[in-house]
Amino acid sequence: MTFDQKPVMLKVAEKTEHNPYFATLFFNCPIDFHPGQFIMLWIPGIDEKPYTISFHTPARFGITIEAKGIFSRRAVALSPGDLVGIRGPFGNGFDIISSPHVAVVAGGCGMAPLAPLVERLNPNLFFIHGARTKQFILYPDRFKAKRHFTTDDGSLGQKGFVTDLLENEMKHRTEKSLPSFDMVYACGPEIMMHAVFTLCETHGIACQVSLERYMRCGFGVCGACVCSDRVVCTDGPVFTSEQLEKMADFNRTALLKSGRAVPLDDYVTWRCQ
Amino acid sequence: MISFLGKKLQNPLVLASGILGNSADILARVHDAGCGLVTMKSIGPAPRDGHKNPTVIDMGGGMINAVGLPTPGYAHMDAEWQALANRKFPLNASIYGGSVEEFVRVARFVSDQGPDFIEINISCPNSDCHGMLFGVDEKSAFAVTSAVKKAIDVPLIAKLTPAAPDIGRIAKACEDAGADAICAINTAGPGMVIDIEAKMPVLAFKKGGLSGPMIKPIAVRCVYDIFAAVSIPVIGLGGITTGEDAVEMFMAGATLAGMGSAVRYRGIQVFDQVNQELNTWLAEHHTTRDAIIGTAHGSARADMGDRAGTTPFAAREDQKGTP
Ligand SMILES: Cc1cc2nc3c(=O)[nH]c(=O)nc-3n(C[C@H](O)[C@H](O)[C@H](O)COP(=O)(O)O)c2cc1C
Ligand code: FES
Repeated sequence: MTFDQKPVMLKVAEKTEHNPYFATLFFNCPIDFHPGQFIMLWIPGIDEKPYTISFHTPARFGITIEAKGIFSRRAVALSPGDLVGIRGPFGNGFDIISSPHVAVVAGGCGMAPLAPLVERLNPNLFFIHGARTKQFILYPDRFKAKRHFTTDDGSLGQKGFVTDLLENEMKHRTEKSLPSFDMVYACGPEIMMHAVFTLCETHGIACQVSLERYMRCGFGVCGACVCSDRVVCTDGPVFTSEQLEKMADFNRTALLKSGRAVPLDDYVTWRCQ
Repeated sequence: MISFLGKKLQNPLVLASGILGNSADILARVHDAGCGLVTMKSIGPAPRDGHKNPTVIDMGGGMINAVGLPTPGYAHMDAEWQALANRKFPLNASIYGGSVEEFVRVARFVSDQGPDFIEINISCPNSDCHGMLFGVDEKSAFAVTSAVKKAIDVPLIAKLTPAAPDIGRIAKACEDAGADAICAINTAGPGMVIDIEAKMPVLAFKKGGLSGPMIKPIAVRCVYDIFAAVSIPVIGLGGITTGEDAVEMFMAGATLAGMGSAVRYRGIQVFDQVNQELNTWLAEHHTTRDAIIGTAHGSARADMGDRAGTTPFAAREDQKGTP
């Protein structure tokens, strides 16, 4: 099923509180879905915002929300039985390849869109997850695939950046004459995705990243979400290396609600309010 | 290539204001996808966030929106203006204000940035105090149009609302005030969609303007009335999604055909597609766009004036500022 017109009102069927910052809302309703696609979540009387689908089975789907702004704090405070509106799914989603030589790089809540992708990729993937601290690690027991962790404070895995691990692995594969990655998938803060993209460019490896911009319509008319000449809600949110190479706004510029183009840092500060 | 108010356009299709038009890059892409004239999102006098979401909802057969005129404000678009100064495509800059003075202030600044046309949005229903009131009253329409006309150096297009009790008279007032063309229509309504489970209007602003295929008959009627009332060219839009829709709009009296919501239904490539469909239809009927403009009015309107808009803008300079 798709709900790409008026919002369809659904009851929250279940809520999982992963930790003080993250909660997943589940809806018992089938929805057509490809990993990386998103829905618009309407809390009547409050606002409507995009969230990528983080759990999906034929009869149910879930979205994982990080409580960071006014809307998201309201969203994680919802309870089973509460009624919300859903539009979607929108966007393109990831291009899934069957090769075992792939890497997935998740930063913080960038894990949410990547999780359903990981479940469809070859389990031999190289899987990196970075977070502020151990407490912020999403879905600690969800995957069969082995995960390599990095944290800012070293409370889990290696202290440092996800790109450190990715670069080491790339070098290791080259030195040992192992097959290099056929694809790197990344989602997280844009500065992290840019670092992953740059690393992949240096090594001649293709990548796909999932971008975030302020959205209104979700279906490519209002222009709120443009990034260079790409429309994030319909051309994306997933973009390939080839597209990113031509997107000067990637990791540089984003539009505020007014449509004003500002440096990405200013945009991120506004989005966290 | 066709000529419109003395400017060359690759074809007679126009991107409606408020659809994707908020950066130079995306405007260039829409042009490259086969759009003859791209219009910027309406630019206002001061920064404005617009309304909370939901702001744009598709209903199938059309959509309802109350985006609420978000704008960086004309003075906060330096990078955009710079990028647009080097553009390789014709540009229509849409502007709005809350008073004649504001319209003039924005228009003067925008005119200096060198767009090919300026369009005054005197027709937006989605804000409490901007635009629309000018579009439903002849005197106000005349006042704002003539004031802006005196302040700018490029052709002026007045964009009208179907909410006007007699849109032909508003168009005539704009023509008398010096408008070089009319653009019609802005969104219809306002309308409202209530979610019966949530028991409240879906749009955060509650009311919103209707667009897309469902409003086409209103748009066609408006363009028909305007054509009968004025002798300047008309940009017809409202619900156009196919080449045949464009033909219908030309027959009602439009010189150019605009599209907005169609981007939702057929993607950005809709411009190339509609252009091909239009050319196919014209070829099959052994006719041209010029020849069908206004034909729905019958032979009574033999006086076609300069409907194709081929008179160079310079030739109209004498009209400048004289109502
Ligand atoms: C999301 C959205 C935003 C719009 N914003 C503006 C605007 O800023 N200025 C304006 O003059 N018209 C605006 N319009 C109206 C369109 O330019 C157009 O007149 C109307 O949608 C009818 O054309 P259509 O049926 O092809 O969409 C907007 C329409 C939509 C759907
Ligand atoms: S959110 Fe409207 S175009 Fe992307």
